[in-house]
Amino acid sequence: MNNPIRTNLLSVSYGQHQALNDVSIEIPARKITAIIGPSGCGKSTLLKVFNRLLELNDDIIISGEVFVDGQDIYDKGVDVYSLRKKMGLLPQKPFPLPMSIFENVAYGLKIHNHLGKGKLEGLVEHYLKEASLWDEVKDRLHAHAAKLSIGQQQRLCLARGLAIEPEIILGDEPTSALDPFSAERIERKLIELKKRYTIVVVTHNIQQAIRLADYVVFLYYGKVVEADTADKVFKSPQSLMTQAYIKGEFLDEVWFDKEARLINKVAQGEGI
Amino acid sequence: MLTKRTIKDILAKHAMFFLACAVSLLVIFIFGGLFFKSSTILKNKPLAELLFSVDWHPSRGNFGFAPFIMGTIWVTVVAIFLAVPASLLTAIFLAEYAHKKIRGVIKPVLDLLAGISPVIFGVFGILVIVPFVGNGLKPFCEKFLGFIPFFRSDNFTGYSVLSAGIVLAIMIFPTMAQVAEEVVNSVPQETRESSLALGATKWETIKYVVVKKAGAGIIAAIILGLSRAFGETIAVLMVVGNVIKVPHSLFDAAYTLPALIANNYGEMMSIPLYDSALLLAALILLAVTVFFNIGAWFILLRIEKSYV
Repeated sequence: MNNPIRTNLLSVSYGQHQALNDVSIEIPARKITAIIGPSGCGKSTLLKVFNRLLELNDDIIISGEVFVDGQDIYDKGVDVYSLRKKMGLLPQKPFPLPMSIFENVAYGLKIHNHLGKGKLEGLVEHYLKEASLWDEVKDRLHAHAAKLSIGQQQRLCLARGLAIEPEIILGDEPTSALDPFSAERIERKLIELKKRYTIVVVTHNIQQAIRLADYVVFLYYGKVVEADTADKVFKSPQSLMTQAYIKGEFLDEVWFDKEARLINKVAQGEGI
Repeated sequence: MLTKRTIKDILAKHAMFFLACAVSLLVIFIFGGLFFKSSTILKNKPLAELLFSVDWHPSRGNFGFAPFIMGTIWVTVVAIFLAVPASLLTAIFLAEYAHKKIRGVIKPVLDLLAGISPVIFGVFGILVIVPFVGNGLKPFCEKFLGFIPFFRSDNFTGYSVLSAGIVLAIMIFPTMAQVAEEVVNSVPQETRESSLALGATKWETIKYVVVKKAGAGIIAAIILGLSRAFGETIAVLMVVGNVIKVPHSLFDAAYTLPALIANNYGEMMSIPLYDSALLLAALILLAVTVFFNIGAWFILLRIEKSYV
């Protein structure tokens, strides 16, 4: 079982709109896989298919197969709660739970295990350290989580996700709402974590994908254009579309997209 | 240049401004009027005696509001106690579980229920609730729980605190459910997803996350219900029994402040200070209701801002 996540002819539509079209990919274990592509091309949808959060939306039609650890997660008998426990989610914007910093991390622990108070405190400390947040919050663990800065909140979300002991970390543009400094901390953390976790990161920031990814899936309007190792995709892309997207020469409409312009600026700033 | 059109425009603007001011002034005017009128009795009697004395004999010059204040509090508390769980669960069901179609049916029904005239609830109370309490609940409770004074009474009819509380609960339920539903609905979807993504069940998510996030708004919904229950007059008056005594049990009859005013104002005005006493009751009622309402809207407004 080298590939913890595998999809086979996966298609998803929201009512009339088809978001994913015959997606067949494999996500390698203990690597960072970046799913790249312009906004609205189905990247986040793909991520939400993995932890079955997608079905919270109305009028969703999912066809094809998705295997996590060899099990088809859309089989009837699947326990969706233990499936989600396998995956820590790092959302686009941090949404701390409406409780204290301590309780945010303890939440998942409490739900899945019945732990004594002493053990709980130890674990919360451990996961806050794991997310490089401990030193900043150790004196105010019982302050409300909303009082943290956005960057700190995102690391709290990471700690919260790690606390359920997942095998996989899903990041849905996890740094897009953060300042460059906070973003860098998250990126470093992800690189560190890939020794032990399988990581899937959705991003429209190509520089970020180049920095992070071992494996890249390029999605364009619901279709997989290219999926291969980062080396191959970035250095010798097979498809013209991929070439153009990576160079930033993509279709005009993308340039008028706010986020795409941001990519351009970042790229210039770094002298590329 | 003043053409016919611009004149119309200016007139319309000023007319609307004037009307808006007039409505706002009305509240101040009512407050002032009530205060002015009730100042007569406030000069003659110490406030503590008015509020805490149980002796209500206007003809002897004794104006103790305690029976009415206590009656109002009893009825309101019973109503809130019954209506809060029901309206909260309804709100959660509508916002979190109900299919669009079911929501599309239930929400208009709640609207309708909120708009029904109180007197109809009063009639419903007399025809259904009072016999149910008098012939069903009361004998049952006295048989099994009679050792607790709370469930025992020498009142032999169903006209009681409990009947009034039930009728009031039915009346305030739709408003509370509607406001609570809106508040629960306004909790960001991502907050739910955060909890679900950690492997929490839907119920755990609602219990620990959604309700907590919506907490302030739910309290506002309860306060709105409270203020409505506190001021409700006719429906309560029809089923509460109107006995001037501080109630000690669910099955005791009682008398509420609004009922006191509605039943007596305009009659027996020859008794000195009577008129002033009733208007003091009105002032208390108005002050409490306005206080509750402002509190509730203040909370709701703050929530609205925090989500923008």
